Amino acid sequence: MSSAVYRKIRNNPRFADLVGRRSRYAWTLSAIVMVIYFSFIMVVGFNPKLLATPLGEGVTTSWAIPVGVTIVVLFWLLTGLYVRRANADFDAISAEIVKEALK
Amino acid sequence: MRIGLAKHAAGWIGAGWSALAWAAPAVEQAQKQALNVHAIVMFFVFVMATLGITYWAAKRTKTASDYYAAGGGITGFQNGLAIAGDYMSAATLLGLTSLVYSKGYDGFIYCICFYVGWPFIMFLMAERLRNLGKFTFADITSYRLDQTQVRTMAAVGSLTVVVFYLIAQMVGAGQLIKLLFGLEYWMAVVIVGVLMVIYVTFGGMIATTWVQIIKAVLLLSGGTLVMLLAWSQFGFSFETLATKAVAVHKDGIKIMAPGTLLADPVTAVSLSLGLMFGTAGLPHILMRFFTVPNAVEARKSVLVAQGCVGFFFCVVSLMGLAAIVIVGQDPQYFEGGNIAGKMLGGGNMPAMHLAHAVGGNLLLGFLAAVAFATILAVVSGLALAGASAISHDIYANVIKKGKAAEVDEVKMSKLSSLALGVLAVLLGILFEKQNIAFLVGLTFGIAASCNFPVLILSMYWKGLTTRGAVWGGIAGLVSAVLIVVFSKAVWVTVLGNPAPLFPYEQPAIFSMPLAFFVAWLVSIMDHSARAANEKLAFEDQYVRAQTGFGAAGAASH
Repeated sequence: MSSAVYRKIRNNPRFADLVGRRSRYAWTLSAIVMVIYFSFIMVVGFNPKLLATPLGEGVTTSWAIPVGVTIVVLFWLLTGLYVRRANADFDAISAEIVKEALK
Repeated sequence: MRIGLAKHAAGWIGAGWSALAWAAPAVEQAQKQALNVHAIVMFFVFVMATLGITYWAAKRTKTASDYYAAGGGITGFQNGLAIAGDYMSAATLLGLTSLVYSKGYDGFIYCICFYVGWPFIMFLMAERLRNLGKFTFADITSYRLDQTQVRTMAAVGSLTVVVFYLIAQMVGAGQLIKLLFGLEYWMAVVIVGVLMVIYVTFGGMIATTWVQIIKAVLLLSGGTLVMLLAWSQFGFSFETLATKAVAVHKDGIKIMAPGTLLADPVTAVSLSLGLMFGTAGLPHILMRFFTVPNAVEARKSVLVAQGCVGFFFCVVSLMGLAAIVIVGQDPQYFEGGNIAGKMLGGGNMPAMHLAHAVGGNLLLGFLAAVAFATILAVVSGLALAGASAISHDIYANVIKKGKAAEVDEVKMSKLSSLALGVLAVLLGILFEKQNIAFLVGLTFGIAASCNFPVLILSMYWKGLTTRGAVWGGIAGLVSAVLIVVFSKAVWVTVLGNPAPLFPYEQPAIFSMPLAFFVAWLVSIMDHSARAANEKLAFEDQYVRAQTGFGAAGAASH
């Protein structure tokens, strides 16, 4: 009966530990994305001149360009960070917990 | 002449984009162009290839799981491409290029607003969706709640989204194809409808997935090719390109920095919130999470999809910038050869003209065929999601109480996709001359306010009860519809009243919190015995969501 297995898993202290660590990780990453994104939107809204600054003397390209591209790349890397950690660490622990419960 | 709003509606990404464009006047009808032979030949090749795949898929589609979820046998990488295929529409290619072309950096900010939802889908939803779901997202919301009521609610939410979205796609498709291929509007709508029904009815999720994958690869490679050819004219130097673009653009150096488009942070924030949660409530996107065998592959697919989308946004932005110099200075792309006047084919054409400028008729034909293929892929995903809501949720679980034979359920789904196809073609023709810009906003509003709150609460909040879920969903659905009806897009533009009753156009920012609030309030006031059992059942669901134990697995082939 799967309900019995679920109970066993729930009573395993490692389960609470795993869930706690994984959600802390997910929420931390979400908070980082949130802060970066809303800072960017606030600069766009309240101080766009900051982004208009050219990269150097006599250069047309403004700071807005590398900042924007960095955001796109960085968000992708953060997603990748989560995937790596989840697929390697978290899932291995999760599989062990399930295995223990099935014994 | 411009095809404006109708085309923005051509893809889901048109949501925020049309919010911007709502300020513009009503849809002007696309002018029929001369028959584009290159485009038609290349599109014909695409159709033949996808029909071949459908034939192959039909032979492999034996069980309900094959039909709805490709037997859970799609890899993370393939599914990532398919999700990207669902996400990137003709409007992404045409609309965002033209936005950068006319507004410069503001267009890129738009891309970032669209993009930011992805990390959240990954961090907070992807693995739970995969661990709890089977065929439709109603499987998750009704996991521990009342099958009849909550499934009906979810199916109504899904079908409303699917039908409105299909209309928007159909009208967009008709206008776009009339313009790019030189076919009659009705012919274009019928072709899209017939192909969509063939893919979905015979090939189910396997065929739909491969159509998405091929389309995503075509769109990415086509866009990249045009971008590289254009960029090569500037020696692949961003600085050279930027300097020339600034020199010829009417706004000069201002195109290198944020402008007026998103000057109001509230608009920008509400736009991205709506897009973020709207995506997470679209039934055809959610369904894609059930096609992979496990949470590991589900995570990989989000990473791949996000990578493709981010890359593509950079590509279209570069295309827009290059078009300022290459297309904007070439009289052959303007009516009467006047580069200060109207662009030939309308304001959304810079991408197409750029393809012509750097690669001649052949590349133009290719890009036009890609745009057609793009629409076809998106409507197929929608039709399958709608058909599944009817057959799996309403027929098999509500009417037959989960006792329907698999064969009958799949048969019902095929009939439903046929019915949806006929309906989409009829409505597409009926709405030809209507201003349908509001439909995309409405679709996203409903997805974010009816589907998403119930889904997220059912996964995260133990206290959600059947009553709470049903009333929360209804509150979100009704308020989203009312806000759109009373906003400028419908009340003034469609119904011809002098002033809107409601000042904002994006419903999600109001209707979504309302749905959450009602679901919470009704749930905490629900002291029935059923509610108590439902709260108890959360414990098991929680373990399954976290570990994937008991999750619907991959079927063996």
